[in-house]
This record gives sequence, structure tokens and C-alpha cells, in this order.
Amino acid sequence: MLQQMSTQFANEQEKLLHDIGVLSFVVIELSLYLDTHPTDQNAMKYFNHYNRLANQARQEYSAKYTPLTISCADTSACDDWQWALAPMPWEGGCN
Amino acid sequence: MWNYERRLEFPVNIKESNADLAQAIISQYGGPDGEMGASMRYLSQRYACPYREVSAVLTDIGTEELAHLEMVATIVHQLTKNLSMEQIEESGFRNYYVDHTIGVWPQAAGGVPFNACEFQSKGDIITDLTEDMAADGAIL
Repeated sequence: MLQQMSTQFANEQEKLLHDIGVLSFVVIELSLYLDTHPTDQNAMKYFNHYNRLANQARQEYSAKYTPLTISCADTSACDDWQWALAPMPWEGGCN
Repeated sequence: MWNYERRLEFPVNIKESNADLAQAIISQYGGPDGEMGASMRYLSQRYACPYREVSAVLTDIGTEELAHLEMVATIVHQLTKNLSMEQIEESGFRNYYVDHTIGVWPQAAGGVPFNACEFQSKGDIITDLTEDMAADGAIL
């Protein structure tokens, strides 16, 4: 979805999570700007564009791998509660 | 209310344990200019703020500081989780280990526990924003 630059990813899941991080960063920064510039039409256009992409990526990740938010959690495709069972965000590194 | 997003704001994958580094970085968790103070500062100040746009910024920044808090805790956790007893005894981390082992607990590098006296909420926007600039400026 996004230009990969020089970052290498072990698999598709890692790449998608990276994209979500990039898109969410843009959304956070734009929303902070909009808080104090609430009538800036250009900024709102940017916000809507990246917020849609971020939400789509989050939905895709949650459907393919593990839920990122409770609102994305859907147990119909698996028979256990991945919200609890999937690795925690702080587990990577120094294994 | 809040919702949790089950990922770090930026990935943390540390390759080597380092007790002394963890001892320094814990200050960014629970020290006087750490993320816990930053988050509580903004989230407390927003109620008495007379401008809605500024209340919105305080809410969103206070929320983002919680994401920073989680990244800092992750750094401390990964730096310490596989330390050997020898590494702990030889490092500045030994005194922390006595009370908390490898649990993450909010304190400054020097061992001072996190305290709400490290930030202010005065109900006056100029006073509060001046305090915010002093606090965040200290981290830059």
C-alpha cells in the first residue's frame, strides 16, 4: 500500500502493521493540527483520506491476523479469543 | 472513556539486555518529566480549560502520551526481561530489583517514586499552558 523505502519485513503481517503505524501517525498529527484549526478544509481533506486508509488497514489486519481493537474483534472465523491469546505488543525483542 | 489499540505507536524490538540503560530510561516512564506526568498533566488540565479547541488538544495529546508511556515501558521490559542475576548485581539496576524484580514501576532514575507534585493543574489556562511548555521543553 505504501512505498516500502529501505525497510525489510519478515512477512506480510509485519508489513501491514508497519503501514498501520505510518497511516496512524499521519492521522494523529492531522487531528492534533485540526483541533486548533477546525475550519481548514485542505487539512480535513487530508485527514479524511488517511483516516479511511488507516481504518481499512486496521480492518484488514484484524480480519487476517489478530484484532487490533475490540471494535475490530470478530470471533466468527476462529474459535478462540485472540484479543487475549495473541502476542502482546511489548513481547517482541530480546527473546 | 478510552479504547485500547493492541499495538505500539512505534515498534520496539531490542536486541540486547542492558540493565544500566533500563535504569536511565525508567525516568521517562515515571520520572519528573516522564510520560506518566505528561499524560496526567494534560488530561487533568483539560476540564477547567475555557477554550474547546484547547480542551481537544489536551485530550488528544494526553491520550498520545499514554501511547508513549507504553513504548517506554516496553523498552524497559525488553532491556530487563532476560537479565542474569550476575548482570543485575553488577549494574545500577540492583537496588530497583530488590523491590520490583523485573516488574515495570513508575519511578525516576534516582529511585524517587512517581508523584503528582511533578505537574500542575491550576484552573487558569495561562498558568497551565506555561507549565506545559516548561514540562515538554524539558524533554526536547
